[in-house]
Amino acid sequence: MSTSKIASPNRRQFLKTTTLAGGGLFLSFDLFSKNSSSRMKVQSGEADLVHFNSYLSIDPDGTVTIFSPNPEVGQGIKTSFPMIIAEELDLDWKKIKVVQAPLDTKRFERQVAGGSRSTPHSWKRLREAGASARNLLLQAASAQWKVPMDQLSTSMGMIHHKATGKMEHYGAFAGAAAKLDLPKEIPLKDPSQFHTIGTWVKGVDNMEVFTGKTQYGLDIYKPGMKQAMIVRAPAFGLKLKSVNGEAAKSMPGIEEVVSFNNRVAIIGKSTWEIMKARKALNIEWQKDTDLESSEMHNKILSDMIGSGKMETRRAEGNIEQAFKDAVKTVESEFQCPFIPHNSMEPMNFYADVREDSAELVGPTQNPESARNAVARLLNLSQDKVNVVFTRMGGGFGRRLNSDFALEAAELSKLIKSPVKVTWSREDDMTGGIYRPACKYKFKAGLDANGNMIAFQLRAAGINSGNPSRENNFPVGAIDHVLVESSDYKSPITTGPWRAPITNFLAGAEQIFFDEVAEAAGKDPVALRLEWVAKAKAKPVGKVLYEPDRFKAVIDLVAEKSQWFKKKKGVYKGFSVYFAHSTYVAQVAEVVKVKGKPVVKKVYCAVDCGILVNQSGALNQIVGSVVDGMGAAMYGRLTFKEGSPNETNFDKYRMIRMGEIPDVEVHFVKNTIDPTGLGEPALPPVSGAIGNALYRATGIRYRDQPFIDYMNEGKAGAGQNM
Amino acid sequence: MPMYNLNINGKQHKAEVSDDTPLLWVLRDHLGLLGTKYACGIATCGACTVHLNGEAIRSCVLPVSSVGNAQVTTIEGLSANGEHPVQKAWDEVDVPQCGYCQAGQIMTAAAFLKKNPNPSDKEIVEAMNSNICRCGTYHRIKDAVKIAAKNMK
Ligand code: FES
Ligand code: FES
Repeated sequence: MSTSKIASPNRRQFLKTTTLAGGGLFLSFDLFSKNSSSRMKVQSGEADLVHFNSYLSIDPDGTVTIFSPNPEVGQGIKTSFPMIIAEELDLDWKKIKVVQAPLDTKRFERQVAGGSRSTPHSWKRLREAGASARNLLLQAASAQWKVPMDQLSTSMGMIHHKATGKMEHYGAFAGAAAKLDLPKEIPLKDPSQFHTIGTWVKGVDNMEVFTGKTQYGLDIYKPGMKQAMIVRAPAFGLKLKSVNGEAAKSMPGIEEVVSFNNRVAIIGKSTWEIMKARKALNIEWQKDTDLESSEMHNKILSDMIGSGKMETRRAEGNIEQAFKDAVKTVESEFQCPFIPHNSMEPMNFYADVREDSAELVGPTQNPESARNAVARLLNLSQDKVNVVFTRMGGGFGRRLNSDFALEAAELSKLIKSPVKVTWSREDDMTGGIYRPACKYKFKAGLDANGNMIAFQLRAAGINSGNPSRENNFPVGAIDHVLVESSDYKSPITTGPWRAPITNFLAGAEQIFFDEVAEAAGKDPVALRLEWVAKAKAKPVGKVLYEPDRFKAVIDLVAEKSQWFKKKKGVYKGFSVYFAHSTYVAQVAEVVKVKGKPVVKKVYCAVDCGILVNQSGALNQIVGSVVDGMGAAMYGRLTFKEGSPNETNFDKYRMIRMGEIPDVEVHFVKNTIDPTGLGEPALPPVSGAIGNALYRATGIRYRDQPFIDYMNEGKAGAGQNM
Repeated sequence: MPMYNLNINGKQHKAEVSDDTPLLWVLRDHLGLLGTKYACGIATCGACTVHLNGEAIRSCVLPVSSVGNAQVTTIEGLSANGEHPVQKAWDEVDVPQCGYCQAGQIMTAAAFLKKNPNPSDKEIVEAMNSNICRCGTYHRIKDAVKIAAKNMK
């Protein structure tokens, strides 16, 4: 059994009791609050409960309520976090109430959905919350029953004393427990004792979702609320010159046309009336900066990776000499286009801005940063701005930004009314903040034994920040390394897209290493294993991954997919990647149907440490494979004179059921603290698929979307059911 | 503006809207039936699927004027408490991620299984291919349709 020390005196004052409206005692915990005197009010049935707990409360009748702090975007956090508390507190999962906690930066840290960071961040905190509650309840029972604490046991929300046969639910001790002091050390369970963690648990909100009751941002309708849509510049690089809204304003249901901050807002009673009237707006735009096209981007990126000046990201050994010494070099270029996030629920937000306060409601992956941004915009203190976050119809990084909340706030202030801003699909797809377009040039130098002695990457992106990931495998196993990057500043806005940068870089690299393996006359899996062994035995520079864990996923996927066994008519491709603290190896299988390559199956081996929720984990991994494949196959947003050409799902192809391969997932079993799974299975997918497609067709799928390589490049053909 | 009398989920609803208003926006903006979702507005994704006399249709492109006396069923009216075999199968498989597309998926599947209670895998894919799930829950949708088909027998 491991223990967790509660060091700071503040954190020890975590218990409060209070009286329920119904008269009972209420036990609550405030283990992680930064300010234990603050209160959070929660409406529960007829009783207006006042409680102090960040994570859970226990009613005298034994009902346990767990508050889930992080926004739910489909990653399953509202289910998996409470599972962790339930584990340490030995609760009956079926009897727990899970409630979404509101944004409260005083009591919670990091109420964010993003970066696959939530689980690693909260794992220990959640376990401590459950374990401390259990410990106090046991102390209380021990005093009340006058038996030593070590003779007591807990299960399913009950405390047992074996010798006397006594048994009582937690609620019976909640009041007494509330008056006790927290022990200095909180024993945590040994993972072998887990009964809830690692099992298959369904989403706590399933039935609401299946009956249409879940409230997403677009479902916010409040009394007195106006509806609005906002027309943004039709091209990146244009700014507002003039607007004539008379014709639009005279149409039924339209109340106002206003402009602000390079935008024109049309306000009315209903969505459809606004959608119709916005077509009647007379807006003139003028050139602000250059209007860029995809052809221009292609040239810029080519120039950059060709001879453009770059910033050195990592350098080891003597790269120039190593290339001179090499008996063989391999060199390839890879490119990806911009892509939109296309979350199923388009962006939207509700705002009610008053003189000295503001309330906002909507789907955001980062409610704290939305609140802070709105407070800055309105010149209000943060505690005067309340951001209520709804469940999100997807995010994929898009909702980490706060542009949609800021717009709504600005508009509400301007029209002095509560307002919901709805983005149409077209607004959403053309409104900016995309995965940046990037281009990579890889170069490898091989010695006479086919060992890669030199590795060079020139990385270029358009508003990409650093488009390289200079410390990623196999860097650390190669003697001579040079990783450089540069970034072109464009008026086209970009932002994190699920697994930022690696969502394309990983696949490109995995295809390049397949080329290296071929040039070296080595098996791609064997080649990776050589590098892993080298990184372990003789690491070069700092190594940010654990070679043994790398090896474990490679071995596992090779075994499960029978990599080393030839299957007639089956073309296999391999990839392995480490990102977001998780190790993922994949093997894709391609077959030919009527002469055309079809991705049939993807095997995944994953090391994410302890598995929290089997169902949620598998959903994330399989979903990431589908997402990664969809983006690689079809994803592309192109520009003409600064305007996106693809504006809705008729022109922007999304992956559908008929195109998905079977996905088989295997986990490396260990007791390492869990990592997040929202992203890490996505980056390697395009590599495994690209490599399998190469074996099937002899073509290297270096640029995305892959559909261009299939069937004379005609969209709509190729990957069929 | 004309007044429409709509038969939705077995009840009469009145809405005063222009005749070209898509049924989707009548449901959402005027009648407060918010389970039916907007995602594309051009009949490409299926998020807005409802039943019109038992047929799955895209409410985002169906003008209210063409509904007439037809019986409209939305996700709220598919069953009283989520006990339709399709909803139960969805729960058993634990289909959703974000869940936003799922009302449309469920309505598409329910209409399909009514017509074709013994579908082959290929028929399931053909029927469900019209619905986009951005989160990529297609495998589970496929499994859930199969389970629902079995349980409906
Ligand atoms: S919203 Fe109707 S099909 Fe997409
Ligand atoms: S579950 Fe998110 S779009 Fe389908």
